[in-house]
Amino acid sequence: MSTVVSAAQLSARRRLSNRRETVAALLFISPWILGFLIFTVWPVIYSGYLSFTDYDVINDPNFVGLENYVTMFEDPRIALSLTNTLIYTILSVPAHIIVALVLAMLLLRAARASGFFRTVFFLPKMTPAVAVGVLFLLLFNGQDGLINKVLRAIGLPAPYWTTDPFWVKPGLVLISLWAMGSSIVILLAALKNVPVELYESARIDGANLWQQTTRITVPMISSTIFFLVIINTIAGFQMFTEAYTAFFGSGNTTYSNDAALFFVIYLFQQGFEFLNMGYASAMAWLLFLVITIFTVVQFVVSRRLVYYEGDQR
Amino acid sequence: MTSTLDPTDAAARAAAPLAAVETAEAPRVIPPRRRTTRSRIARVVLYVVLAGCAVVFTYPFVWLVSASFKPRSDVFDNLLIPKNFTFENYLTIWQEAPIGVWLVNSAIVTILAAVTVTASSAMVAWGFAYFRFRGRGALFALVIGTMMLPGAVTMIPTFLIWNGLGATGTLTPLWAQNLFGSAFYIFLLRQFFLGLPRELFEAARIDGANNWRIFTRVALPLCRPALAVTLLFELQASWTDLMRPLIYLRDSDTFTVPRGLKSLLDQFGFGGEYHWEIIVTASVITTVPMIILFFIGQKQFVDGIATTGTKG
Repeated sequence: MSTVVSAAQLSARRRLSNRRETVAALLFISPWILGFLIFTVWPVIYSGYLSFTDYDVINDPNFVGLENYVTMFEDPRIALSLTNTLIYTILSVPAHIIVALVLAMLLLRAARASGFFRTVFFLPKMTPAVAVGVLFLLLFNGQDGLINKVLRAIGLPAPYWTTDPFWVKPGLVLISLWAMGSSIVILLAALKNVPVELYESARIDGANLWQQTTRITVPMISSTIFFLVIINTIAGFQMFTEAYTAFFGSGNTTYSNDAALFFVIYLFQQGFEFLNMGYASAMAWLLFLVITIFTVVQFVVSRRLVYYEGDQR
Repeated sequence: MTSTLDPTDAAARAAAPLAAVETAEAPRVIPPRRRTTRSRIARVVLYVVLAGCAVVFTYPFVWLVSASFKPRSDVFDNLLIPKNFTFENYLTIWQEAPIGVWLVNSAIVTILAAVTVTASSAMVAWGFAYFRFRGRGALFALVIGTMMLPGAVTMIPTFLIWNGLGATGTLTPLWAQNLFGSAFYIFLLRQFFLGLPRELFEAARIDGANNWRIFTRVALPLCRPALAVTLLFELQASWTDLMRPLIYLRDSDTFTVPRGLKSLLDQFGFGGEYHWEIIVTASVITTVPMIILFFIGQKQFVDGIATTGTKG
């Protein structure tokens, strides 16, 4: 009775246990696989198909070839909504990151009180976006809004944020800055990981605060800044709730809202208000293309600018 | 050797990725320079600036709550304490809108969404974290890849699925997709599972536990902090969502609170009536549950977000 197991037996046993492990793993993962097939794969394929059709939910899709894509080029509201979205994103992403970084740096120096202030800065993030939209209408109201009363009191120009097409997007950027608590928290966590020794030696070398910030802080946390640039850009392109609440919907008869027509809002209108589901699907693919291009460009640019500790990538 | 492992100790170590953010706080503060007058002035300036920012960040809440206790004519007076204090708005809104029904609807959707997504995402995350199988890396990359797909692309076919099932107009489409896990939470939970010591599970296996038992009795209890983060994040995401209720709900009786607030804004705000006091009050009712949620799970929110950022 030899207790020695032959190599063949061993590998057979291992193969069996491998197969068992694979089956068990796939069982655990099966909810996601199922959801992925039903709510991602099929929708992506069907959305691609719909983008070549004319479809209003009631009648069957009618194949129209490239018509939707051609129409998009001629539709002035596509250009308008895309421009609005670009302006909003280009304004909001840098504003967001600069303000969040300044606040996070202040928090880092606040020693014991930093926990309290972090809570306060994070709190607005909890406000439902609908309520943010309402607050925008009320606080930024041109005549009676709190913001303009303060601006007038200190002798600054008080633009009509909610009605003047030029000021609508800067106003929306400002209110979005209010709810940026998560960026502050993420940046603060990154700042805490910067080795204190770097600042000490820089100080000995006579570096001032500005030099320390631009030469040490920003490079050391550049991967976090890059992460925030990416997610904020994607979020900016998909801006919907705040602007839709404040400027669109069945009751809106008073405001001219072209300045707040963001791409996803127009897509939503085409798909669910005008029931042009084929056209809306084509729009979704255009949005996907634009976001992909931006993300790829950001990744390419980041290769030169972002520092990863230990160069992990 | 595995039996000597204290499970609480293991849990503490497993919690490390989340807790690190918190505990690292004290020693990480930049040491102050020599206590000169200049640095003392700098400190005062720092606190003044921070306090100023704190006012800016909290004032909109205070303004909103205060305005909800003002009569219609005073809403825009911007006074901190209402000149003519009244509960009237809260009574009026109860008569004007089925706000109780909205709150119940929101509660149902929010709780179902959070519980299902936490359970399913934990299962999937465990599948990726514990087992070794061919193609695991590629499959996980696919999970992460789905996060890059804008919701707009799948929005219309997803609506058609629910429409085909006759579920539009009901609350089901607002949460049922969460039965299948969500990429972001799968990522978060997998990260946490990977931090747990493997010996614990091998010990359970030697003791005769099967895969399901190892998951539910050993892994899940150790994973509580990350499960709490997932639950809280989804409670917030689900409560605040407006787009899906806009797509799927038609009748006022099926509305969630944010959808109801939007309908009140359409009716009383733009409709030419300008009853802003109603809208302000509805905004307070929409927001307060989230403020309560934040104070219950403050640590989880802050640590959870800090972790996602540093892992990104």
